[in-house]
Amino acid sequence: MAKKAIGPVRRTFTPWEDSTATPFIEFQNVTKRFGDFTAVDNLSLKIYEREFFALLGGSGCGKTTMMRMLAGFETPTEGSILIDGQDMHGVPPYKRPANMMFQSYALFPHMSVEANIAFGLKQDRMSKADIAARVTEMLRLTKLEAFGKRKPHQLSGGQRQRVALARALAKKPKVLLLDEPLGALDRKLREETQFELMNIQEELKTTFLIVTHDQEEAMTVADRIAVMDAGKIMQCATPSEIYETPNSKFVADFIGDINLIEARVVSKSEDGTIMDAPRIGCRIDSSQTTTVSVGDTVWYAMRPEKVRIELGETETPEINQVGAEVWDIAYLGDVSIFHSRVGEAEETSLRSTIANVTRLVERPLTWEDRVTLSWGRDAGVILSK
Amino acid sequence: MSQTQTKPRRSLGAKALIAAPYLWLLVFFLAPFLIVLKISLSEVAVAMPPYVPTFDLASGWSAFVEKLSDLSFENYIWLTEDDLYWKSYISSVVIAGISTFITLLVGYPIAYGMARSPKAWRPTLLMLIILPFWTSFLIRVYAWIGILKNEGLLNQLLLWVGVIDQPLVILNTNTAVYIGIVYSYLPFLVLPLYASLEKLDDSLLEAAEDLGCPSWKAFWKITFPLSIPGMIAGCFLVFIPAVGEFVIPDLLGGSNTLMIGKTLWVEFFSNRDWPVSSAVAVLLLLLLVIPIVLFQNYQQKMQEKQA
Repeated sequence: MAKKAIGPVRRTFTPWEDSTATPFIEFQNVTKRFGDFTAVDNLSLKIYEREFFALLGGSGCGKTTMMRMLAGFETPTEGSILIDGQDMHGVPPYKRPANMMFQSYALFPHMSVEANIAFGLKQDRMSKADIAARVTEMLRLTKLEAFGKRKPHQLSGGQRQRVALARALAKKPKVLLLDEPLGALDRKLREETQFELMNIQEELKTTFLIVTHDQEEAMTVADRIAVMDAGKIMQCATPSEIYETPNSKFVADFIGDINLIEARVVSKSEDGTIMDAPRIGCRIDSSQTTTVSVGDTVWYAMRPEKVRIELGETETPEINQVGAEVWDIAYLGDVSIFHSRVGEAEETSLRSTIANVTRLVERPLTWEDRVTLSWGRDAGVILSK
Repeated sequence: MSQTQTKPRRSLGAKALIAAPYLWLLVFFLAPFLIVLKISLSEVAVAMPPYVPTFDLASGWSAFVEKLSDLSFENYIWLTEDDLYWKSYISSVVIAGISTFITLLVGYPIAYGMARSPKAWRPTLLMLIILPFWTSFLIRVYAWIGILKNEGLLNQLLLWVGVIDQPLVILNTNTAVYIGIVYSYLPFLVLPLYASLEKLDDSLLEAAEDLGCPSWKAFWKITFPLSIPGMIAGCFLVFIPAVGEFVIPDLLGGSNTLMIGKTLWVEFFSNRDWPVSSAVAVLLLLLLVIPIVLFQNYQQKMQEKQA
């Protein structure tokens, strides 16, 4: 019910589009080197108040280093970090307005759940009654009321995760940092917890920064995602922008499944671009305008669900349409993914999905069927890098 | 949380494997103990061995039973009558207790420093802790005489530096005994303590700091309480052998250093009273059983907690 009231607000929550908005967290040309290794490379980033922001990337891409610099466990080699307008240089972790939820949870094993949650509050010399009230509130928020007296080793993984969250939130931080928070949970619990995290974030209106390697997790919870690679941000945008209009081959390939087709620009106009894709043996017409010049090689990136697959092969290849042979079928329950071989000389395959809208008794398409693959003018994006 | 578990059935081979150490204990611990116990119930005599009765298998069963009635608790009663023994026991416990505490004060920073040192250094540091074991214990204690005596290395150094103008009398005092015990038993405290400090997750300290706790405070709130099991294990490992220590008080202590190990030695070799010294030994064992049982109970509890 709270969800309904907040729902529309979330959709219009786009402070990053407002050039006058002041960022809440700002990385200014931050570089971090460990010896010869550059973990974060001259990186600038703005995160706004109340935003749920995700740093997404493979291991060693620098995302955890970013978070640890924000928490104060690492000092940037160059550049500066601002939280709420205040330069964090020289501010020790225990004085920063950010609290972190650790990947290992880092619960104090010799303290009860309540004592763990109260730990940060005690450091602030809060009165006993206030601490008790706040602990109770946190236990309620994370649905741990029945477990306050237990020690961490008496809890399940999911419960420990919630204690870690409650402990990090207890001090009402301006920023909550989540380091791979759901990595240790099984899939079902992870999905549930993702929605719980979103609800908690909506309720508290705190800025959340999550570090994750799981793209589904990032796409589910975050308002905006920064995809990182080798210490740089490859793209920073909303989940749908990242998915639908990746700006590079790396991002397109990293997020979800995608067909990457090598093509050469034949002609371009205000109406769109026409490319020649010899590997799949057809022309591609896209509604996208491009800055690349005619004759240049580009990549046309197209999600499998944007590709239609129909039984029966076209005689002559047309624009945005090609004949193929079904080579592999992956049945995933909700959808089936078809790998279809296109062209004779070389093994090039295109992936397409079909949603299994009815119970599948007999496959409408099966191995070695000749099929036609086709797509619309808005199906993909043209990538030049 | 105690759960009743059905014990897994063991094969014959497994039983034999378990039996081997028990058999070893039976032969090499229980049998000698029974002999000492028997001697402690005997009477001193000018003979070889210097006590009666002596059992021999040749005289048959009836003689054995007859001689059994000659055994008495007289020696134990004697121990309660002469206050030398009680004083020795208490003094041993006090000296061992003080030494253990000093060892803890010295050993904790060492173990902590080792656990916080770069990973590459740790094997070397561990090696340095274990290194003294490669030399005879006796020789190492003798070496301390050379250091602590009036014209020894320590006094020479202090006189040369000018801190003192009269040599300090350390050798043959209780201070020398403390130094000897702390030095000799330090590794036994450092090793278990290091083990418990080393496995401490760094992210716990980061979490504490993140929650507003400066690092010196995080030490007392996180590191220290979590190292208590290692501390207790180390303290027992120092305290238990220190109570019965003989070599150190004999070589470094003075004539007024009372320790039960020394008293036992005097009874045995100087007075040649085997029965009384055996009684002292049996009582010493009983005295030490209490901390040992406490220690075992504690370890078991910790293991259950971890499981």
